[in-house]
Amino acid sequence: MTQPWIEGRFEENMVLTTIEQAINWARQSSIWPMTFGLACCAIEMMAAGASRYDMDRFGAGAFRASPRQADLMIVAGTVTYKMASRVRRLYNLMPDPKYVIAMGACTTGGGPYFKWGYHVVKGVDLVVPVDVYVPGCPPRPESLLEGLMRIQDKIVGQRIAKRVGATGKVNDELPVPHHSGYVSLPTDQSALVFDHQKVPS
Amino acid sequence: MRGPAFLEKIEAAFPGAVAGTHLEAIDPWVEVTAEKLLPVCRWLKESSDSRFDSLECITAVDWLEPDPKKAAKVTWQPHTEIVYHLWSTVSRVSLVLKVKLPRWKDDLPGSLPAVASVAGVWRTADWHEREVYDLSGIEFTGHPDLRRILCPEDWEGFPLRKDYQMPLEYHGIRAK
Repeated sequence: MTQPWIEGRFEENMVLTTIEQAINWARQSSIWPMTFGLACCAIEMMAAGASRYDMDRFGAGAFRASPRQADLMIVAGTVTYKMASRVRRLYNLMPDPKYVIAMGACTTGGGPYFKWGYHVVKGVDLVVPVDVYVPGCPPRPESLLEGLMRIQDKIVGQRIAKRVGATGKVNDELPVPHHSGYVSLPTDQSALVFDHQKVPS
Repeated sequence: MRGPAFLEKIEAAFPGAVAGTHLEAIDPWVEVTAEKLLPVCRWLKESSDSRFDSLECITAVDWLEPDPKKAAKVTWQPHTEIVYHLWSTVSRVSLVLKVKLPRWKDDLPGSLPAVASVAGVWRTADWHEREVYDLSGIEFTGHPDLRRILCPEDWEGFPLRKDYQMPLEYHGIRAK
């Protein structure tokens, strides 16, 4: 294979798409998270950003030091009442469209501090609107990447077009829980060996 | 610090300062009256043979009045203890000091018990006493800057007290 793999492949070619798809593609491929870690989940978030798990594969490796440049807030770690106002402030500083991942048990619902943690916000969704919850204590980097892909699904489903004749905006497509987009299901379900490989219709 | 010889020296220097001892424990302690705490501490650091030049930590223990079901088994009277762990880098010995205070000053719930601050003796005590004030609600008289250190400034109550009530709401965030 002497031909170059990608160089020159797109020259003198034409690509047809819609604005909506192009914008959604660009947005979902460059989700810049905010550098923002509160507790032990942040260590796992760093691992997800480092070379072994490499969040940059999904275009989300550019951790921004400023909320003004960030699209995604990964709330990684225990949110205390003292911190909650700061979290909310950072969220308000982010430009639209913005997304929030609640990473870990503490941010999804208080976690181990639910009963006796006098200082812990019982879920960060009491402070900022959350798009994706990633459970785990802390979640593995794979889980965070999965959460990131669900954010991408949500972005792909955004509709900026207006239907002809309709007055309002077309509603966004809600992402279907579980895989959509890139994984094509095998057509022959009977060929699958294990039950968990089958996708219920 | 083991042995009664040391106790005798404290007793000689400050008659009536030692309110109780427990020398058989693995970590033996000496109880000092609240009034004599500051001079005893200064003496321990500057004049005693051992030179306790390092304050390792300050803690407070809350001994709550037990509920009626458990009262029969309980041997203590309700009180608050402050524990000082001292260490001498010169003679490499440690000492545990305790001060017993009422849970509330004059038994009025809400009025904090007070003890003299040792921040003038060991600089470390500044933040340690702020932490004890913040979490256990003990006032250190003569402290240079007695503010909350961990909780927000407008926090209500002292969370490590046994009768602490969890907040139901904080700045509009639901807590239950």
